[in-house]
Amino acid sequence: MKRCLIVDDSKVIRKVARHILETLQFQVEEAGDGREAMSRCEEDMPDVVLLDWNMPVMSGMEFLQLLRQSGHADQPKVVFCTTENDMAHIRAALDAGADEYVMKPFDRETLQVKLQLVGVA
Amino acid sequence: MQVSDSSSRVLAALLQSRTGQQLTMSRRWRIETALSSVLRERNIPTLDRLISMLIAKEDPFLADEVVEALLNNETYFFRDRTPFDVLARDVLPQLAHARRDQRRLRIWSAGCSTGQEAYSLAMLFDEDRERWKDWKIEILGSDVSQKVIDKARAGRYTQFEVQRGLAIRQTIRWFEEEEDGWTVAPHLKSMVRFETRNLLDPQGARQFDLVLCRNVLLYLCKDKRRQAFDRLASVIASDGALLLGAGETVIGQTEAFAADRDIRGIYRPAALQAPARRATGT
Ligand SMILES: C[S@@+](CC[C@H](N)C(=O)[O-])C[C@H]1O[C@@H](n2cnc3c(N)ncnc32)[C@H](O)[C@@H]1O
Ligand SMILES: [Mg+2]
Repeated sequence: MKRCLIVDDSKVIRKVARHILETLQFQVEEAGDGREAMSRCEEDMPDVVLLDWNMPVMSGMEFLQLLRQSGHADQPKVVFCTTENDMAHIRAALDAGADEYVMKPFDRETLQVKLQLVGVA
Repeated sequence: MQVSDSSSRVLAALLQSRTGQQLTMSRRWRIETALSSVLRERNIPTLDRLISMLIAKEDPFLADEVVEALLNNETYFFRDRTPFDVLARDVLPQLAHARRDQRRLRIWSAGCSTGQEAYSLAMLFDEDRERWKDWKIEILGSDVSQKVIDKARAGRYTQFEVQRGLAIRQTIRWFEEEEDGWTVAPHLKSMVRFETRNLLDPQGARQFDLVLCRNVLLYLCKDKRRQAFDRLASVIASDGALLLGAGETVIGQTEAFAADRDIRGIYRPAALQAPARRATGT
């Protein structure tokens, strides 16, 4: 069973994403900001991170940069999942090492396609 | 709420006569939802009123709108993925060989809905730009519904539509960002043309090397489906290929096509099976 860490400061979004991911046979963990996500990753690296951009304490972007600079260049896969839906944000995310990008709002099929594209579903 | 039998018979007859499509039970459940926007836009109070307007032929455009609303236009970029991989890996290289002198390919997406299938094809060619460098690639998308063709031509999609099937790198490569959506890049658009046309009508003298007719023939009754296959056969080059939707087949439907011996999901005009493949020896 693949493991996915959902990082989002919105409890509602985490719940929705968790539900979808569980139906896709993922084992799911949650974090409410980048810092919490980082410590989760240090404990136990997931296969994929579903990552919000705007969060308190540590943003998704800061988390991603930190993760990729700390020797985790290709693993875990990181799928941004955010309302920042413009080209500039998307490019910045890819440059920082994101593997895929989901523009909110999303549905089950979108998430499934993106997870397939990064090779975890 | 279930639509009355007599009303759904009127709608079914209309849809069938315009498109050959049958109103199946599963779609009957959706009639009300499907027609609600027509009712709203035209300020028609009830479905019964709409039906009587249709019967009285009060407004010639009303029937068009109803038919368009009843059609299933579901589609997305690179739908089902595998067929596009098969095209890129097997079918297009064969055609590249078979047409190496003409350096021209004509492709038809029949029943293209809002255009994602036609543009996905253009994307395949763009991915292999080196091979197709000085080729003339002509992709035609056609659909019986004017509404979907208008949208296909505009090439503008919502964020929901682009991310349903495309990787993010593909999105930023092939689309331009606009205020309220994503528009297909001009160099892709220049490969694709759209027209409103009923697949069941005579198709004239044109010819195609590859025809995609996916998720269209599903709801045709047997006779109409046979007629559609004949129409398709009349425009496919003798060494051309036909691609159907997942779960669709020619077997038991027509004698005009036969399954390709080697490539799963590809059908060939019955008279000549897969000569392009033999010619390449690949
Ligand atoms: C479900 S969509 C499939 C779109 C695309 N081929 C795909 O597979 O994603 C079917 C389309 O076929 C069109 N269609 C139905 N009957 C047709 C006919 N007789 N001639 C042309 N188009 C037709 C519908 O309007 C609809 O847009
Ligand atoms: Mg947030």
